[in-house]
Amino acid sequence: MTETEPVAFPQDRTCPYHPPPAYDPLRAARPLTRITLYDGRPAWLVSGHAVARELLADQRLSTDRTRAGFPTPTERFAAVSNRTVALLGVDDPRHRVQRRMMIPAFTLKRATELRPEILRIVNEQIDAMIAHGPPADLVTAFALPVPSMVICALLGVPYADHDFFEGQTRRLLRGPTAADTRDARDRLDAYFEELIDRKQKQPEPGGGLLDELVHQQLREGELGREELIALATILLVAGHETTANMISLGTYTLLQHPGRLAELRRDPALLPAAVEELMRLLSIADGLLRMATEDIEVAGATIRAGDGVVFATSVINRDEDAYPEPDTLDWHRSARHHVAFGFGIHQCLGQNLARAELEIALSTLFDRLPTLRLAAPADEIPFKPGDTIQGMLELPVTW
Amino acid sequence: MRIDIDKDTCIGAGQCALAAPGVFTQDDDGFSTLLPGREDGAGDPLVGEAARSCPVGAITVSAPAR
Repeated sequence: MTETEPVAFPQDRTCPYHPPPAYDPLRAARPLTRITLYDGRPAWLVSGHAVARELLADQRLSTDRTRAGFPTPTERFAAVSNRTVALLGVDDPRHRVQRRMMIPAFTLKRATELRPEILRIVNEQIDAMIAHGPPADLVTAFALPVPSMVICALLGVPYADHDFFEGQTRRLLRGPTAADTRDARDRLDAYFEELIDRKQKQPEPGGGLLDELVHQQLREGELGREELIALATILLVAGHETTANMISLGTYTLLQHPGRLAELRRDPALLPAAVEELMRLLSIADGLLRMATEDIEVAGATIRAGDGVVFATSVINRDEDAYPEPDTLDWHRSARHHVAFGFGIHQCLGQNLARAELEIALSTLFDRLPTLRLAAPADEIPFKPGDTIQGMLELPVTW
Repeated sequence: MRIDIDKDTCIGAGQCALAAPGVFTQDDDGFSTLLPGREDGAGDPLVGEAARSCPVGAITVSAPAR
């Protein structure tokens, strides 16, 4: 541990695809160091790759944010920390029950079966961009609608409601005030309350995952109504917002690396490795939160029961012991084993779907719009602040 | 080579099937399983990678029992 003042966490990036320069001391202090959260509370910061994999798989670390003393990165996170978030905010054994209900809909096979539908959606959005003509904001014209449509089809949520749920997701994750976040959560709850009512009244279930859960698990008492609403919320929010950020920030990053982009276009077989490397480099979910429920000895330190533990994925995924020249975008390395999707029992449920969406969205976009380029100076395009999922706020492009 | 999958621990992430698709797949419930005829790993060098990819350490690879 260092003598200097602990670094404040989270902080804003200065380049949207690199960790904040303010995290340099965290990168130097591997594998474990101390940080200060927004409320002045200290927490552990995991920065080393091997230790991160070990601790993310350690169930003595809880993800249940309703526990007293759970670390909070922002005031608005604290404002809703009394509300249970399904899956990623639930520990085993209940987490295991929830996860097992979800798995069949998110297997690799299922993601592969969805590829033609994803391609159709991607092409439709590009058709609309071409019909409208350049310039366009790639976030609203492409990056957001594509994953929104995909997750709506998978869940059985009407895409016609997208303005509502995209807007509430924005407020849930970015406020700006704590009251916004609380209100967004209430509105999403009310929305799903009504949607589940409608689905219960349908004599024949629709084809979505929510229809299945309503007509089987809810009816048979395996799931309570409140729990189903919490599940629907996290699936919808996580299902569109994270992938949208990866599409917008992934496109921006590729446009800033024209040599790499040209190589990828020449050789589409590189696509899966490219997506993996982008996941590693961009690490958009940068700050996974846990709380120790027991004392844990690790890397010569003792994490005490009750201590907050934060995993900075942007730092962990740039551990030079795991990834030589970690700041370079290079899909010829093996980026596998990055923790951008997390690790342990909470590893992203939608990762197979996310990979399929990213591969199809990025390759089809550059195939069909080969002259795609930024329509504003790169360093003037706004991106998200450090205290939420990372991504572009807008992405003006032309072709 | 002997491959053991702890289905009680498996969370159906599908990372084994992604890493070594010639040996691993997911059953109808989403749990990891070995492809028919590939139960011994079929000499696939990616089996170790698949085990290391498992987020919950549900895959054990060992030398065959004599």
